Amino acid sequence: MSGAHPTAGPLRDRRPRLAGLILAGLATLPLLGALGADSYVLLLVTRVMIFAVAAISLDLILGYGAMVSFGHAAFMGIGAYAVGILATHGIEDLLAQAGVAILVSAGFAALTGAVSLRTKGVHFIMITLAFGQMAFFLAVSLAAYGGDDGLTIARRSTVLGAEWLGNATIFYYLVLAVLAATLLACRALVAARFGRVLRGTRENPVRMQAIGFEPFRYQLTAYVISGAICGLSGVLIANQTNFISPAYMAWQRSGELIVMVVLGGMGTLIGPLIGALAYLLIEEWLAGITEHWKMIFGPLLILVVLHARGGLVGAITRITGGRHG
Amino acid sequence: MSATLLSVQTLNGLQLGVLLFLVAAGLTLVFGVMDFINLAHGVQFMIGAYLAAMFTALTDNFFLGLGLALPAALTLGLALEWLVFRHLYARDHLDQVLATFGIILFLNQAVKFVWGAAPLSVPVPTLLSGSIQLMEGLRYPIYRLAVIGAGIAVALLLSLLVSRTRIGMLVRAGAANAPMVSALGVDIGRLFMLVFGFGAMLAGFAGAMVAPLVSVEPGMGDNLLILTFVVIVIGGIGSIRGAFIAALLVGLVDTLGRAFGPLVLRLFLDASAASQAGQALAPMLIYILMAAVLFVRPAGLFPVRR
Amino acid sequence: MKIWDKGFTRGIRGGFLAAVVLAALPAGAAAQEKVRIGLLTTLSGPAATLGQQSRDAFLLAVKTLGGKLGGLEADIVVVDDELKPDVAVTRARGLVERDKVDFVVGPIFSNILIAIHKPVTDAGAFLISPNAGTSNFAGRQCHPNFFVASYQNDQNHEVMGKYAQDKGFKKVFLLAPNYQAGKDSLAGFKRHFKGEIVGEEYVPLNTADFSGELAKIAAAKPDAFFTFMPGGLGVNLVRQYHQAGLASTIPFLSAFTVDESTLPAQKEAALGFFGGSNWAPDMKNAQSEAFVTAYEAAFGTVPGSYAMHGYDAALLIDAAIRTAGGKVSDRNALRAGLRKADFTSLRGDFRMGANHYPVQDFYVVQVVRRPDGKYATSLRQKVFDDYVDAYAKDCQMRAN
Repeated sequence: MSGAHPTAGPLRDRRPRLAGLILAGLATLPLLGALGADSYVLLLVTRVMIFAVAAISLDLILGYGAMVSFGHAAFMGIGAYAVGILATHGIEDLLAQAGVAILVSAGFAALTGAVSLRTKGVHFIMITLAFGQMAFFLAVSLAAYGGDDGLTIARRSTVLGAEWLGNATIFYYLVLAVLAATLLACRALVAARFGRVLRGTRENPVRMQAIGFEPFRYQLTAYVISGAICGLSGVLIANQTNFISPAYMAWQRSGELIVMVVLGGMGTLIGPLIGALAYLLIEEWLAGITEHWKMIFGPLLILVVLHARGGLVGAITRITGGRHG
Repeated sequence: MSATLLSVQTLNGLQLGVLLFLVAAGLTLVFGVMDFINLAHGVQFMIGAYLAAMFTALTDNFFLGLGLALPAALTLGLALEWLVFRHLYARDHLDQVLATFGIILFLNQAVKFVWGAAPLSVPVPTLLSGSIQLMEGLRYPIYRLAVIGAGIAVALLLSLLVSRTRIGMLVRAGAANAPMVSALGVDIGRLFMLVFGFGAMLAGFAGAMVAPLVSVEPGMGDNLLILTFVVIVIGGIGSIRGAFIAALLVGLVDTLGRAFGPLVLRLFLDASAASQAGQALAPMLIYILMAAVLFVRPAGLFPVRR
Repeated sequence: MKIWDKGFTRGIRGGFLAAVVLAALPAGAAAQEKVRIGLLTTLSGPAATLGQQSRDAFLLAVKTLGGKLGGLEADIVVVDDELKPDVAVTRARGLVERDKVDFVVGPIFSNILIAIHKPVTDAGAFLISPNAGTSNFAGRQCHPNFFVASYQNDQNHEVMGKYAQDKGFKKVFLLAPNYQAGKDSLAGFKRHFKGEIVGEEYVPLNTADFSGELAKIAAAKPDAFFTFMPGGLGVNLVRQYHQAGLASTIPFLSAFTVDESTLPAQKEAALGFFGGSNWAPDMKNAQSEAFVTAYEAAFGTVPGSYAMHGYDAALLIDAAIRTAGGKVSDRNALRAGLRKADFTSLRGDFRMGANHYPVQDFYVVQVVRRPDGKYATSLRQKVFDDYVDAYAKDCQMRAN
């Protein structure tokens, strides 16, 4: 993997270890659950992992391509609605649903990405927000599928006709597998030539063009891949909650995804996973203590920005850096 | 009758536009001059409304309330600048997004903690409580005219300030090349603090001015923040003139689209389909407008050259 | 694997440790003769004021009953649904799976109710709604473990439709937010109103300025105006309606628009406006008067129907446990108790219908200024007596 991060220095060596640590921890959790631990922890961590998949997909374009999508929740919503709409019409097979979800989100990404990529920086943020909002209001107007109220999905998706996913542990491992696959696939992608070109377009698009790479094509490809993965996370959230709702596409949700990526550390892939873990677990913990938990959580975020450059991953690697530097 | 209604609705659209400009002015200034994404602008707007509500209730006079709310909003803005913002000027946009998101969470909850979750209201000042006949059966409150006047005054004041005064010149220079201005002996840190405080006060002023018209409640700035971002991006970031024109455009498109959209659609569809499509499309209109503008002019209508 | 070096495998070993720590953190409480209740309401965002009323009144009822429900010590967990369906589902499952509650009391909003209904009832707990009462669960999807302490959503709107019809209004203008509840509202109004609808408009949920709609209303010159604008929307509309001079010319009929949650901000702008309701703070019966006095003493504000339903939800549970002889684990006995609903409701006449939605009376209420200067709704006339909702006939309730 040498050469992938020419400027990252000694920091980069710690990230794979961190990823292994977290994934193994996640894989062990249900085994401990069998020994009498809380099923709610399993539920909560499943939710965290689903958001981690979405956040990692966002990091692929945000961290490596400087494309800050403020409408990413739309893809999650599209994935969720694919499950809900297909299930209403009797198609409950997970593979069929996931296939449709990925195709439609990729299509939506290709369409909106082609328009959005004409702009840069803040304008890109806002135009992706615009498309996200259009998807949101479209979902609100789908009266046949619950409109604003949302829609209950009678049962979880089936795999080859079997209702395995109804089992919390099996569903947990499915989500974990998707998370691990997402992490590895994105890692492979950014380490490959594709990723180097993408980072090049971030640093200096003019030079990339000069040496024969058309930035637009690489950026659009990354955007479509990112959208497709995020759509897959939507399939998972619809299954986890047995419910779909336009709220999954609200701009606040897109904002939360950005916050997870930046909080964890952007351009690291493992950062969004840590960000999702921290964001959702701290929220859960603080909300259990006081109704006014946001008055604690808000300043906490500010402190991370002010004192932990590079997000939580940056902080972790700095703290552990002394031993392995 | 239809012509009357059209002109009344046009007035309503312009009024919404001026209102949006009032909020957008401070945002585009801070964003354009300091290249700083301040998501907390919406909650500063909210704080302005709450302060006006509190001081008006205390003094029993809206103008006294407004007079007290402005320095209070300024003080809060400067405190935030000192605590948070000044450490982030040189940082990545996304660091600014994360930190100001933290401020949103904090302040939205803090107003609930201090003033309770129930909505508050500010009475229309007696001096401006009259109304004029607009069309049969519909009166137009004088206070709304005052809000329009305030918006236009802010627009004129800002353009004069930026283009004609020494501070304005320094601000423009500081935005273009901060190290150079700094080398010429200007304290750039103080300059930015000034701009930021002024932006916070503008947000607070907008909040205080609309408080007699709308419900003062936690989170009231969140949706408005998105709308004002739409306005300044359409207008071209940093351009006061662009923000003004874009605000009017957004106000008109939103109001007229809601009012006459189904009528226009009825030319192509039957009545129930037109009404359904109208309902689905109305909230999307301004986003479609923004996407279209950015598609044609990727840096907005009046991009500021750097 | 080439992508990750041996740090990856070293990390895996450390991960076991962390997982052990995380899994060991929460510990289940030992079962005792208690009743466990999860209160799931909206405590975030602008709508928090409704959730607070519901929660405060529920807890007030439990306190009045000596911290007990049906003679059993009540263990109450309060959680915030944040008005996000997926958060609500997670928290609701936390209540039934981790806290092992017997009852989930909530939520305020219909979309949240639809989201949490399945996870709560699937787990065998009872779901008691202190506000939202959607049409689907009143009809075909009625459920033996789901009870509503408030009303069916359409009913307050139906009251106004009936009132407009009886009053002889010929032309009415309708306005609602552009979402499902808004559409249901106008459909409910039209169920009993047979006159002409001269305008039917929907506005975005975050509308702050109603100037455009007010101009349309004035141009349409209706005999009356009906709207459903909950929360801050209602504050904006009512004040602007008043400022535009329409209040003196076109009667203002509404549901969930002028109530005790919004009146502190609407004040005199709402004076004389009408609403449809099953209760008002000036209802003449001993239990209601005692409740209003206690609530105002404790929280300093006038309770609205959100508070009344929260209080009644606690009384309903209290009665059910007593009827079941204190055996919370006997779900069938509890269900029989909930169906019997053997308690004195704050709204007086009350029984639980076959679809587990209340059968009760509905009134026209009007906004008044009380002698102490506070604003409240006041009962004007009864419109429906022992009113059964329109969907009950579609419900085939299973025994358990």
